[in-house]
Parts: sequence; structure tokens; C-alpha cells
Amino acid sequence: MEQEFLKLFELFIAASVINNFVFTRFLGLCIFFGVSKKMETAIGMTITFTAVMVVSAALSWLVFFYIMIPLEITFLKIVIFIGIVAAFVQASDTIMRKISPGLYYKLGVYLALIATNCIIIAVPLINAGEKHTFIESLVFGLGSGLGFGLALTIMASIREKLELADVPRPFRGMPIAWVTTALIALAFTGFSGLITL
Amino acid sequence: MSHQHQEKVSYWALLKNGVIKENTIFRLVISLCPAIAVTNSVRNGFLLGSAVLFVQAMVNSTVALLRNFIHPRIRIPIFMLIISGWVTVVDMLMAAYARAAYKEIGLYIQIIVAFASILARAEVFASKNKVGASFFDGLGSGLGFLVALVIISFFRELLGKGTLVGVTIVPVKPMLIMILPAGGFLVTGLLMGFFNWIDMRFYGGKGAGGAGGH
Repeated sequence: MEQEFLKLFELFIAASVINNFVFTRFLGLCIFFGVSKKMETAIGMTITFTAVMVVSAALSWLVFFYIMIPLEITFLKIVIFIGIVAAFVQASDTIMRKISPGLYYKLGVYLALIATNCIIIAVPLINAGEKHTFIESLVFGLGSGLGFGLALTIMASIREKLELADVPRPFRGMPIAWVTTALIALAFTGFSGLITL
Repeated sequence: MSHQHQEKVSYWALLKNGVIKENTIFRLVISLCPAIAVTNSVRNGFLLGSAVLFVQAMVNSTVALLRNFIHPRIRIPIFMLIISGWVTVVDMLMAAYARAAYKEIGLYIQIIVAFASILARAEVFASKNKVGASFFDGLGSGLGFLVALVIISFFRELLGKGTLVGVTIVPVKPMLIMILPAGGFLVTGLLMGFFNWIDMRFYGGKGAGGAGGH
């Protein structure tokens, strides 16, 4: 039991920090650069993203192991996973709008953005590829979501300061954000080898 | 392009637009993930670029072919379906014929399905134009992507490993940082700044890439 818990913990740390999706796997960059301008949006995105991530990891796992493997249609996993994610995002958008307009007003924008985030499709694919168990899939999704949130928060806090800095004109905006990310990524390299799974 | 007649837009102009004016990576700053992930060697960059080129051209053609049958309200799911179908084709082809490379870039091939650039071209261009023009629009956009990936991977492989497509060029000790994840961000950022500088210096542009997107 303890052994299992330890393994889950390792998986969580590995997904969130060591193999951070943004800094070492380079996924979700579009969203990362898009919403890391302000702290407030970064936090909103983190909450929405992590929630969607965990649920869609769970849904994909169930469909993969209980429908796709028995029917031997695993070669369709790209089509089916993107369908599940898109449908879930659309559904939660509609439900949230009806049930909790206040929350929708705050987080609805991020929901629409999530469908184009590659992490959301990468996590189910990795879960299927690595043959994670159900609990492992959930933990992996949670770790990935929070790791993405960590990256967003770090970046947003730097970029708020960067707004005031005197950057050479051709580098203003995107290019300097990329160079900054390079430096953070370098720092994250220090985590590699912390846990070897 | 709205003021022009459809026939007048030459295929050449469509290609040029995709490669230079609306270059996916450097000008529009979308679909960035693979720009960093697979560009630690020219071979990988080229392979992923070609995969995107193929998917983009085929998706555009398919969408253009079916544009009169797709109901506007459900067009996005239909586009996604078409895209994921073509991505599956490429994925299986790569897995069958380029096994060594597939082990490294397989995940990123599958991720093509979530590329904004492909959906954007289908939505903006292919759903309103004829098959021929759409095919060349996709070809141009994909080619721009391919060129960008090859440029980035050229610098990263040369500086990080001292080789090009596996052949040793610089015999001195290379800079390890360039093939690390951080190097990808660095090279892309610097190149983006460089192209902005060229644009400002010689073409009087205001510098692009400020918008950002997904």
C-alpha cells in the first residue's frame, strides 16, 4: 500500500516538475504564451485547465480500456480522444453557463481556449501509451495540470515586470518572452534525474 | 484578398503568402510546440515539417471538396474529424516506414491534430475556396512551417552537436545548451527578434509576433 502511494507520488512529481510539459516537453506553448501576460488570467487558466485535464484523462481512460481495447480499434485513438476532449469542453461550457453564470463569467473564456491546447490531447495519448492504471491516469492528469499552472504563474509574474523593462524594439513582446522561457527552462533542467521511474 | 477575383490569385502568390508573409512560426506565432520539441536535429525537424505539410495540404483539399456539404454550424467538429483522419494516416505511415524517427517524434506527430494553424487555414481559406487554390494555400502554409523548423533545427544541431543531418561539420566541443530544451526557446526567440529587426529595418514594419495565439 505504502509502496503504491510512493509510486503515485513519484508519478505526480515527475509529471508536474521534472517532465514539466511546458519546459521539457514543449507542449501547450501556444496557451502558455497567450495567457501568461497577467497573473489573474494565469490563475484562472490554471484552475480551469487542471479540472478539465483530470476529468478528460479519466474519461479517455475509461473509453480506451473498456471500449477501444475490447473492440480492437486502438488505431483510432487520435480521432476518439480529440472527440472526447472537444465534447467534454463543449458540454462543460454549456452546463457551466446554465448552472453557474458567475463562474462562467470568470472562467468561461479559458474553457474555449483549452480545446486548442495540445497538453489536453497529449495526456490521454501518453496514458494510453504507457498503459497507466485508472488512478495513475488521474494522478498524471493532475500533475500535468498543476505543472502547467506552475509554469504559467512563474511566467506571468516575470512578464508583469518585463512590461516595464527597456527591451530593444525588435525583441519586444514575443521574442523576449521566448528568451525568458529559455532561462526558466534551463533552471528546470536542474530537476532532471531527481526521480528515475 | 477580398477585393480580388478568385481566379486572379495566382497559386504562386498563395505559396509565397504562406511561406513569408504569414509564416506560421515567425509571423503568426502559432503552433509552436513542435518548433522546440523536434528541432534538436535537422532530420527530425524536416520529418515533422513534412508531416505537417502533407496534413495541411490534404486537409485543405478535403475541406474545399466538401465545403458545400458541410453545415456551417457544425463545421468545426467536422474539420477536426477530417484533420484527425489525415493525422492518423501520417501517424501510421511514419510508424511503418520511419521507425527510428517515430520513436523520437511520434507523440508530436499525433499532436498535429491540435494545431491551430491547420484548423485556421481550413476555416479561413479552404471552406470558401476551390480545391486547387485551397491545395496551394495549404502547401504554402505547410511549406512555411517546414522552412521555419529547418532553420531552427539547422542552428540547434550545428551549435549543439556540431553536426548537420548527422555529418560532423564543426570538430570543436559544441554548446550543449543548444540541444537542451532551453536552447530551443533561445534560438526561436532570437530568430524571431532577428526577423522582426529585418522587417523594421528594411521594410518599415512595426514588428510582429506581439499578438500571440494558440
